[in-house]
Parts: sequence; structure tokens; C-alpha cells
Amino acid sequence: MSQPTGSPASPGETILLIATRKGAWLYFSDAERRAWRVDGPHFLGHTIHHMVLDPRDERTLLVAARTGHLGPTVFRSTDFGRNWREASRPPAFAPAPEGQEGRAVDHTFWLTPGHLSEPGLWYAGTSPQGLFRSTDGGVTWAPASSINDAPQYRQWMGTVQDGTPDGPKLHSIIIDPRDASHLYMAMSGGGVHESTDGGQTFTPLVDGLQVVEGFNPDDVAFHDPHCVRLCPSNPDRLYQQNHCGIYRLDRPSRSWTRIGKAMLAEVGDIGFTMVVHPRDADCAWVFPMDGTSVWPRTSPDGKPAVYGTRDAGTSWQRLDAGLPVSQAWWTVKRQAMSVDAHDPVGVYFGTSSGELWMSRDEGIEWECIARHLPEIYAVETATRAVPA
Amino acid sequence: MKVLIPSALYAYTGGARAEADGETLADVLADLDRRHPGIRFRMIDEQNRIRRHIRFFSENIQICKLDHPLPATGELIIVQALSGG
Repeated sequence: MSQPTGSPASPGETILLIATRKGAWLYFSDAERRAWRVDGPHFLGHTIHHMVLDPRDERTLLVAARTGHLGPTVFRSTDFGRNWREASRPPAFAPAPEGQEGRAVDHTFWLTPGHLSEPGLWYAGTSPQGLFRSTDGGVTWAPASSINDAPQYRQWMGTVQDGTPDGPKLHSIIIDPRDASHLYMAMSGGGVHESTDGGQTFTPLVDGLQVVEGFNPDDVAFHDPHCVRLCPSNPDRLYQQNHCGIYRLDRPSRSWTRIGKAMLAEVGDIGFTMVVHPRDADCAWVFPMDGTSVWPRTSPDGKPAVYGTRDAGTSWQRLDAGLPVSQAWWTVKRQAMSVDAHDPVGVYFGTSSGELWMSRDEGIEWECIARHLPEIYAVETATRAVPA
Repeated sequence: MKVLIPSALYAYTGGARAEADGETLADVLADLDRRHPGIRFRMIDEQNRIRRHIRFFSENIQICKLDHPLPATGELIIVQALSGG
């Protein structure tokens, strides 16, 4: 991968929002992103699936939490975690009609702030799969019953046994920055879907995607997108890390192209996560994992590496300088990789072994920021203006 | 009645002891939620099912149904039943 160009920029203080199996941590950087001040743990012992800062006000922080004992909820802070308040109505499915078995949210998995023009609007994706909306900054949540209870979507969502080991998940809720009513979302399993009416209705967007051998790709239920990203610099371009490879979609086309075929055969193009450059739609990063035999889901051959493309997936370069050279068997989950807005871009990922890694030069050199955290579920970057 | 709260729910009640009134488990939990908003949903899901790792006991018996009657002067014990690391 070529050296990134551009002079260092300081868009503000960079904050890493780390969600883990046993709590949440915030890492605050200095201007050079060389020193990090850690703040945490927050919610020690809680399972935190996602922590996201609202970019519209740079102060509202939402956390999707549950514990081994207790039901799922959402916590909210407007002072970077000094004080937390619980949602008064967390995401919950509608009560089932008499005589029918209803679904209950096991955990909220994904949080997405709404469009810039819609302050206070948030979306959430849950396990079992459901889409939820809040119009008051995360205080109260309502189910999107037009999807959650639609017979066709329920069929595509499958049952709790059809998803990942800790439950099927609705994730990758994406808002088109040009159009608040244009959304994408994905379900593992259940495919990628597009809405043009603000999430009231969706249609599948799975053409060109492969499914596990022997299954019918025409059945949306068999599609398993792991992570979908929209390019901020070209919102007509989407990338996807799927259970069956890496893909790109250039709208208005509805057919995905498998760009992971250009990866080294011995590494393959299976993984959970993918991130895109904030200003260059040809540039993206993935973290491949071992998807052979029983799916170890570890770094291939115990040699972890990020792979990057600067030509929209025509070619990929191994980016492992600074990473362990052998006997490192961790992986990176679908929400556990993120980028900042600096130039050059900072790339970050958290591992299943509780390590937090960063590159401040777009993947060329890596260094470890933190070790010995619990298993990392999600890494998000946020920016706020440097206090005067 | 007296309600013994597990440590996982102290954030709502401030400690191990709480009070709530009602003729059934459902009533007592509804009153507990009025006094300590949000606590019920952590124990009872949106389909009115007791969550997997929550147990209720009164007068030395486990209560498995929300419509189970409770004595006005008794004690409700809420237990967090978790295993694993």
C-alpha cells in the first residue's frame, strides 16, 4: 500500500469508544494521537455491544448494555460518562397477540445516529433481529413493527437458532448523508436491505452475493452480511465483508461484485469487519480470519494482518508492520474496527483477546495502545472540538 | 411487603432492601417499578416472561408465574442465577 499523502490535520480531539464483554472504556488522545488517557471501566461487568457518540452534538453518548442476569437496556450520557441515565423505555418488541409467542430483545447490538437534519433521531438493531427508533436522543425507543413483525421479514430473519452463536443480529444501519429517508441495514443472517422511506419499508439488496455452497442464493434468508459500510466521500459506493467474501456495490447498480477474489488465496477473503476511508472511496481495510474447516475465526496461521486496498478492491496489500509475527490467534469482530478523520487517517481495531491497536498512517505501521482488556466487541472513533 | 434485592439491581434501589405492595408477583413488581423506575424490565421481558437468570422466592418456594399470589406481610426474595465466567 502506498504512503498516504497530505499534511497532518487536527480535526479535534480523537476519542476511542471501546465496548467489551465486561464493560466500556473511553480513550482520549492528544493532538498527535501519540498519548492516550484512559477513562474506565464504565459499567464493569456489563456486556457492552456498542458505544456511540452523536456527531450532531458531540456530547450525547449511548451505550447498549446488558448483564448475564438482567435484561437489555440503553444508557445515555451527555458529559462523556461522568453521569449516566438509563433509557426510560429501552428497545423492546411489541407484545405478541393473544395465543402467539412473542420475541424479546436479548441485547441491543447496534446503534446509529440519524441524519444530520434529524437531531435526536437514533436507530438500533437488536438480537434477535429487530429495528428500533428513538426520536428523543435515546430516552425512549419504539419498534419498527413494519419490519419486525412483517411475515416476509420474519421468515428471512429465521429463528434464534439461525444466527451467530450468541444470536442473530440486525446491524450496519446506515443513513445516506444526502437523504435522510434513504437507509441500508443488514441482518446476520437475512441479507442486506434498502429503504427509501425512512425505514418504514425495506427491499432486499443481495444480487451478486454468494451464500454457503449448496444453499439457494435466491433465498434472502441464506445471506449473511457481516459488516456493510458506505463511503462518506461517495455515498453511491458500499463495501461489505460477508460470510462468503468481500464485496463492493456502486449504485444505482443492485448487483454486488466480489472484490475479495483478489486477496491472496492462502489468506482468503473471510472476516467480520471492514472500514472505509473518510475521503477516498477507493480505499478500504479488512481483517481476514481463518474461515476454513470448522471456522476457527482466528488470524490465518496465527499471523494477524490488516489488508488494505487503494483501488476499490482490484488489489490488496498486507499491512502487518508492528503486529505479532506468529502465534497470535485473535480476531477482530464486526464492530471492532474504526477510522478517524485525521490526515493521514488513523485506523484502529480491538481484538478478541482484549488488545487495542492503532495505525496513525493508514495501516502502514501498527502499535498497541492497550492490552488486557476484556474481549473487545466494538471500537468506534469520535471527534470533539478541543476545549479552549 | 419486604423485597430482598440482588446486587445486580442495587443501582435501582440503592441497596439490598426495598418495599413494594401487591397481591400477586406481577402487582409487587409493578409497584417496585413505580418506586424504582426501570427495574422491572431488567427482570421481566416485553412478553411478560421471567428472564432466564432471574428467580423469585417467597415463603421458601420458588415462584414461576407472575399471577402467583403473595402474602401481604411476607418477603419476596429476588435472586440472580448466573453461571459461567
